[in-house]
Amino acid sequence: MTEAIRLEGLVKEYAGPPRVQALVGVNLAVREGEVFGLLGPNGAGKTTTVGICTTRVLPTSGRATVKGVDVVADPPRARRAIGVVSQYNTLDRSCTIRENLYYHCRYFGMGGAESRHRADELLEQFRLSDRAAAMPEQLSGGLVQRTQVARAIAHRPAVLFLDEPTAGLDPQSRLALWELIEGMRALGITVLLTTHYMDEADRLSDRVAIIDAGRVLVCDTPAALKRQVGAETVVHLQLEGDFAALASQLCMIQGVREVTPADGGLRLMASSRDGLLARVVEAAAPYTLRDVAISEPTLETVFIQLTGKALRD
Amino acid sequence: MTDHAVGGGYGGAFAGLLRRDARVLVRNLAPFLTRTIMNPLLSVFVFAYVFPRIGQGMRGAGAGGASFATILMPGLIAVAMVFQGIAAVALPLSMELGATREIEDRVLAPIPNWLVAVEKIVFGAVQGVIAGLAVFPLVYFIPATPVDMHVASWPLLVVVIALASLASGALGLALGTVVRPQHIGLMFAVVVVPMTFLGCVYYPWAALHPIRWLQVGVLINPLVYMSEGLRTALTPGLPHMPVGLFLAALSVAVLVLSGIGIRAFRRRTID
Repeated sequence: MTEAIRLEGLVKEYAGPPRVQALVGVNLAVREGEVFGLLGPNGAGKTTTVGICTTRVLPTSGRATVKGVDVVADPPRARRAIGVVSQYNTLDRSCTIRENLYYHCRYFGMGGAESRHRADELLEQFRLSDRAAAMPEQLSGGLVQRTQVARAIAHRPAVLFLDEPTAGLDPQSRLALWELIEGMRALGITVLLTTHYMDEADRLSDRVAIIDAGRVLVCDTPAALKRQVGAETVVHLQLEGDFAALASQLCMIQGVREVTPADGGLRLMASSRDGLLARVVEAAAPYTLRDVAISEPTLETVFIQLTGKALRD
Repeated sequence: MTDHAVGGGYGGAFAGLLRRDARVLVRNLAPFLTRTIMNPLLSVFVFAYVFPRIGQGMRGAGAGGASFATILMPGLIAVAMVFQGIAAVALPLSMELGATREIEDRVLAPIPNWLVAVEKIVFGAVQGVIAGLAVFPLVYFIPATPVDMHVASWPLLVVVIALASLASGALGLALGTVVRPQHIGLMFAVVVVPMTFLGCVYYPWAALHPIRWLQVGVLINPLVYMSEGLRTALTPGLPHMPVGLFLAALSVAVLVLSGIGIRAFRRRTID
């Protein structure tokens, strides 16, 4: 399979002060046609990675190619291959929604008639026709993001970059945007999506790379990543008081793989759930147990196992 | 930069950027004209209409007997052009690069970033020319005293207007990219006001002779060369700076301000 994006040893240092190592050697290969999720907490280096791929950030060292074009050597050519939706509303405030689409097409060298046609087509496709004459300030957050996606693919790029596209959106708009992203697959557009929502990465991505502190920790399909955890069940115990001694007791229960401290209690990973809960509750009885939650491993579990900390700060 | 790219590939995008700015200008024509006309209208009204009629103020004693309106006319056109550089380029750019980041879609157009900056200069210049033309009838017809104007050399006038408007656009780019958005208000006090008052707008440069240090000091101000250039081209009867001097100085101003602005633009748009 051919690669849509290839990152080799990407390093980015900001001179500062303070001097910041945003990326310490990122390697990634995104295949053509896939939806690829870059999952990590804020400050992990997701936006810097996307910034380099989209010609807005210069790497300190390393190489990045999009559709075989070196993004540092030939930014204008690379830009023809990419569409970008950043986490901010970057719609042109002086232009209407239709004009935002129309002039984007003009920037990519389309003629007047072709640009008008493409803008109308996108308005229709993204259900924005009734807002065509509105100014960006008049749109809700969900519609802004929808317009930004429409604009990003207006010049028919091969690769679409979405940087935290649903941050700050209400649940309904979030779902609508997810559907749009899933629709990109049908258009044959490769998508690189950054997010700090593990459910978003899980639901949308063919493959996920987990990134933290400027490096990629793992990269695989969501299912394979969750299998790597080696547990079927995750139990979260919410406790009060001194429960330090409980951890070692829980470890002795059959099927329990690992017990780790989690905020306000303990997290327990087990290979089977048969009879598990009763034994766990029994062991915890002498302590002040406030709540028990059972779940399957998620990408968050994977992240916690890899880094010892939660995704959200 | 490769030849094929500038000719074929980049032309369309560059034209697209110009079209976008033209569309925005047409939509905002009323505010554009208001901000362009207000300062020269009131200046010419007070200095060249009210003052002569109430027998007060400047009567151009130092300028060989020419009416103050004649001295003022080229200067006010020059100020109107410089104001456009700031109002049409610096202020919007400061917003677009800062709080709203809306420059992003244009920076992601398939052309080098420096060309996006050049487009800002070019369109700033276009607006400068329009502003100059809009102001011309005001400064010619409102004064109560006769304005002694005739174009001695059309080619000189065209070159002066072209250089002056490009310098205004380049100044706008430089200020819009170098000055932090939170200091953009301060820019008026620190840059715009001194530039106007010390820009040979209200007096010809030659008339500063008695204050030698000032006559030399103002040479750092690009507005001086715009005023003097227009004075030479429109009111040749007044004393003015040598043609070679202001043409050379305006060219240097265009190059230096563009250089500063383009570098700063790249720094602001590429991390």
